[in-house]
Amino acid sequence: MLGMEVMGLRKLALFVLLGIVGLAQAGGVRLTGAGATFPYPLYAKYFAEYEKLTGVRVNYQSIGSGGGVRQLFEQTVHFGASDAPLSDAELKKFKDRYSTDMVHVPTALGAVVPAYNLPGVKKPLNFTGPLLAELFLGKVKTWNDPRIAKLNPGLRLPPLPVTVVHRSDGSGTTYIWTEYLSKVSPEWKERVGFGKSVRWPTGLGGKGNEGVAGLVRQVPGAIGYVELTFALQTKLPYGAVQNRAGKFVLATVETVRKAAELKDFPPDARVSLTDTPAPEGYPISSFTWILVYRDMAKNRAFKRFAEAKALADLLWWISHDAQKYNEPLHYARLPEVAVKVNERNIQSLRFGDRPLR
Amino acid sequence: MPRWIYRRLGDRLFAGVVVALGLGLLLLALLIAYELYSGAAPALGRFGFFGFLQGREWDAVRGVFGAWPALLGTLITSALALVLAFFPALAAAIYVVELAPAWLKEPVAYLVDLLAALPSVVYGLWGLFVLVPPLRAHVESPLYLWAAAHAPGVLPLLGPPTGIGLFSATLVLALMIVPYASSLARDALALVPREQREAMYALGATRWEVIRGAVIPYARAGIFSGVVLALARALGETMAVTMLIGNSVELPYSLFGPAATMASLIANEFTEASDDLHLSALVAVGFLLLLIALLTNLVATWILNRMQLEGGRR
Repeated sequence: MLGMEVMGLRKLALFVLLGIVGLAQAGGVRLTGAGATFPYPLYAKYFAEYEKLTGVRVNYQSIGSGGGVRQLFEQTVHFGASDAPLSDAELKKFKDRYSTDMVHVPTALGAVVPAYNLPGVKKPLNFTGPLLAELFLGKVKTWNDPRIAKLNPGLRLPPLPVTVVHRSDGSGTTYIWTEYLSKVSPEWKERVGFGKSVRWPTGLGGKGNEGVAGLVRQVPGAIGYVELTFALQTKLPYGAVQNRAGKFVLATVETVRKAAELKDFPPDARVSLTDTPAPEGYPISSFTWILVYRDMAKNRAFKRFAEAKALADLLWWISHDAQKYNEPLHYARLPEVAVKVNERNIQSLRFGDRPLR
Repeated sequence: MPRWIYRRLGDRLFAGVVVALGLGLLLLALLIAYELYSGAAPALGRFGFFGFLQGREWDAVRGVFGAWPALLGTLITSALALVLAFFPALAAAIYVVELAPAWLKEPVAYLVDLLAALPSVVYGLWGLFVLVPPLRAHVESPLYLWAAAHAPGVLPLLGPPTGIGLFSATLVLALMIVPYASSLARDALALVPREQREAMYALGATRWEVIRGAVIPYARAGIFSGVVLALARALGETMAVTMLIGNSVELPYSLFGPAATMASLIANEFTEASDDLHLSALVAVGFLLLLIALLTNLVATWILNRMQLEGGRR
């Protein structure tokens, strides 16, 4: 009698133990990521939906692109997120240190738009890249300047002084904006260049999109730049920009997606879309990327195969089914050509010598 | 247990704990200074301490960093704010201690102290949405237009009248530090002995003469420590200044034009500074800010000591 009871207890304990181990392996997979703030609302939506679907829980900290990349280099997170791709030098440094590649998986597209405060002007203004550069260099001083009037026939422009508003904090938005200006204006490239924070020749600095938008709203005659998602959410008026094909394009989720419809899409998905050659595309668009190690076993943040597998599945889901969440949140969907590149790149992910898809 | 053991043990324990805590604080301050210094070392090594201090360029694209514009911005805003805040703060303190009817003393003192409890982001928002629009419309623009018509020479000194810049940041900063200066001044004035006042009255002095001749000189050390506290607060203030100053690290500054302070520069650029030298330069700015705070405190203590020696004698 007594012996059997003991046996029973032991069996029970064994079952419970197996159960716990099983749970830990199947269910509770948790992934951690860190990086860009720009796609944060979208990622929050993705990860909430994905948890409902699969039970995989993703914790995303929007600490900024720079911080995300640093955390990924230091292997404290499973994936990073960035608004700017790694440079060739950074990629090489990474490869030298960890002897695997950093894979860039674009998830959505955003755009940066010129927003302004011109009392009485109802129609969206037309800008060209060189004109934006001259405005931000402080060389166009009033709004009734012939250089602006020429592009906007029939509009009565007030003789207000131009007040330039830029981001004061380092940001991917500034990176995209100044990269575009550097591509279209040799003088901008020479005098200012591009980066997350630059030495502004003129103007006021506001912290964050809301800081810039707040200053633009307050100061008559102000022009600033904000993310498209922010301008759409807050109904801030913004102008159209002439693209390389010569067309004046107003940023919308469609024209931003079209900016990425390139004939020669690079296989590593590291592509700058500013001043895009796509004929219908908005010229100040950009991808936002999730970054992962190609061989995930090299990242100490991964403790077991199931986590790596879960991340690869998540990336696959984001590239396909999850794209339907982009447009309601004012992000552009990936064009077909980018999805194809993502498929190939996700299929190349592995954990040691085990493939993940 | 004999009582003496308890007493001696208790005393020793108490002494040990107090000394440990005191040393711990000292150690903490030294560690912070060391950490800042070691973080700043790459930038300071690259540009040299004085090179970095005097450098007028802050350009993350080219990797050239100099702290001078931000340093100047901090010194200008803090000094101006202190000048603006000093007399109102002293006046509020004198009113509460000397003039206000008894039932009004507490509420006024309480309300002034409450100003210190408001979060700085609230000051920033208030400045941005309440102070700036009328400042632009009724002060800066008329002044600018007047200057343009009558004295075009001062236009570069005035700068663009957008409402955002050095001027509005300084005004809000002054408002923020009033309670610090006022609170300590109030305590110091209240501590002036009755006899001091009565002696003066006995000589036939008026109320104003008593305040000026007997009360303020006696309390000046306390008033001055309030000023020092207010200055320390102004040097380090970040959020409200960042929201109002316009954040331009480009010299020369003008009265209405945008500027930057050391704290606002760090707050703006720290999160996205991925380049090592850029990050180090920001830490170096923090290190300089620490040095300035230390210097201010040392000078203040020295002045305070001199004042206290003479304080009661006059």
